[in-house]
Amino acid sequence: MKEATTSLRSKLTWSIVGWLIVFVFFFPVLWMWLEAFKTEPQAASTPPTIFFAPTLEEFQEVLSGDFPPFFINSAIASVVSTFLVLALGLPAAYALAIRPVKRAQDALFFFISTRFLPFAASLVPLYLLARDLQLLDNILALILIYTTINLPLGVWLLRSFLLEIPHDLFEAARVDGAGFRHEILQIVVPLIAPGLAATSLICLIFSWNEFFYAVNFTSSVAATAPIFLVSFISGRGLFYAKLAAAATLASLPVLLAGWIAQKQLIRGLTMGAVK
Amino acid sequence: MLTVYYSFFEWNLLKPGSFKFAWLENYAALITNSSIRVAIWNTVLLTLCVIGISVVLGLAVAMLLNSDVFGKGFMRTLMIAPFLIMPTAGALVWKDTLLNPLFGLLPYLLTPFGLSRVDWVNQFPMVTVVAVEVWRWTPFMMLIILAGLQSQNPEVLEAARVDGASAFQAFRRITLPLARPFIELGALLGSLFVVQTYDSIFMLTYGGPGEDTTNIPFLLYLVAFQGYNIGQASAIGVVAVIMTTIVATFALRTLFSIFQIEARR
Repeated sequence: MKEATTSLRSKLTWSIVGWLIVFVFFFPVLWMWLEAFKTEPQAASTPPTIFFAPTLEEFQEVLSGDFPPFFINSAIASVVSTFLVLALGLPAAYALAIRPVKRAQDALFFFISTRFLPFAASLVPLYLLARDLQLLDNILALILIYTTINLPLGVWLLRSFLLEIPHDLFEAARVDGAGFRHEILQIVVPLIAPGLAATSLICLIFSWNEFFYAVNFTSSVAATAPIFLVSFISGRGLFYAKLAAAATLASLPVLLAGWIAQKQLIRGLTMGAVK
Repeated sequence: MLTVYYSFFEWNLLKPGSFKFAWLENYAALITNSSIRVAIWNTVLLTLCVIGISVVLGLAVAMLLNSDVFGKGFMRTLMIAPFLIMPTAGALVWKDTLLNPLFGLLPYLLTPFGLSRVDWVNQFPMVTVVAVEVWRWTPFMMLIILAGLQSQNPEVLEAARVDGASAFQAFRRITLPLARPFIELGALLGSLFVVQTYDSIFMLTYGGPGEDTTNIPFLLYLVAFQGYNIGQASAIGVVAVIMTTIVATFALRTLFSIFQIEARR
């Protein structure tokens, strides 16, 4: 009986410690949300306004202003590049995992080593290439770059999921006379649905939040959501609520996707090593 | 196998150089230039601080979430938010609404401690960048280490406690060795990203004041797009590749050892 009380007390203590730490880490996000629902004077007041009537004013302001094109560019760049990664990565992963092509191991190393190449190293040659192809400030350039950045990771991840499919399954399907198309669509795709989800999530996160290439390759027409936020950089306390509303909206898709697919997130972030 | 892997890096190494004809000149310029030394130092300092602190914090939070506490799932959900928030948005919120000396929340909260008008971003630029990056990367470490802790058999810890091991002993002798590959993996993958930190520096300090927070990627951006010195920028890019290659080698090794551990189970 006494032991049960001590264990409950220790559980309570650690819970409080844990919640305090989590609160500290989550606070900037919470504060961003709170600021977004305030009016401008409330957002920049000293002492800070804690009790207020939430307003959607600033969200409306941001959405009716020049933000939507940036948001749409982000959506196009990340969704299209994610789709391309899946479309190109699945056959490649299949060739590496299920029916290993010659020197599959070398190809695998090559794939993964390109992922470790720093962005900075390829910026200059890619910039010159984009300039010569007239692709600067064109969403197509970002789509292509994001696809190439994410493709190695995509192939690697999909391969790790494909390897988990028991080999007998393919044998059985082939014995039953299933064609290659049938094999991919009826067997592979349903079985690695979680793998496709994990891969898309990671690609989406990296391309949605990407800033380095976006800021250097686009200026106005093809600029993405993070570029919109740069315009707030000189904020002097007059646009806090608007800034917070824009930051909230820009972060929302990835935040929601990550929260919904937490399990896939871990696997994707560790390149499939941790389940 | 390692030779093949290295050979690909050799190829990558030469790629930026092959775009230039006089690339040795750029390297000579790099050696005599003090900016690159500062930038290398800043990159190393930033990476070591961010990874060191976030691994320790991440391990602590992961152990808390792995123990018997209330609302674990919800805690984890809230905890990963900083990692998912767009880095530019996060940096902006920190800089303007939290740290601004006139309107920010933190200077107000610190008023009783006599720190009311500290301009964090300008007075302690590196500390600010490290803090924001630690805020962002601790959840990442936590997720990986937590997954590692959860894959362990709780009975081992139970047995140790029955045998009279203290909490500290159990941590040092059982938890830490078992979590080690995951800690290493988190630290190495994390450093590959932190070495490339660009968003928060751009938003928070713009590399300044002076060159105080200019790291390799930011210097490259300055040289290439403010100075239009394409040749020298490429040489800096090669320096970046060398730095990452060192980390990446260890990262790949750890990655494969974890795959082997997973395969054995």
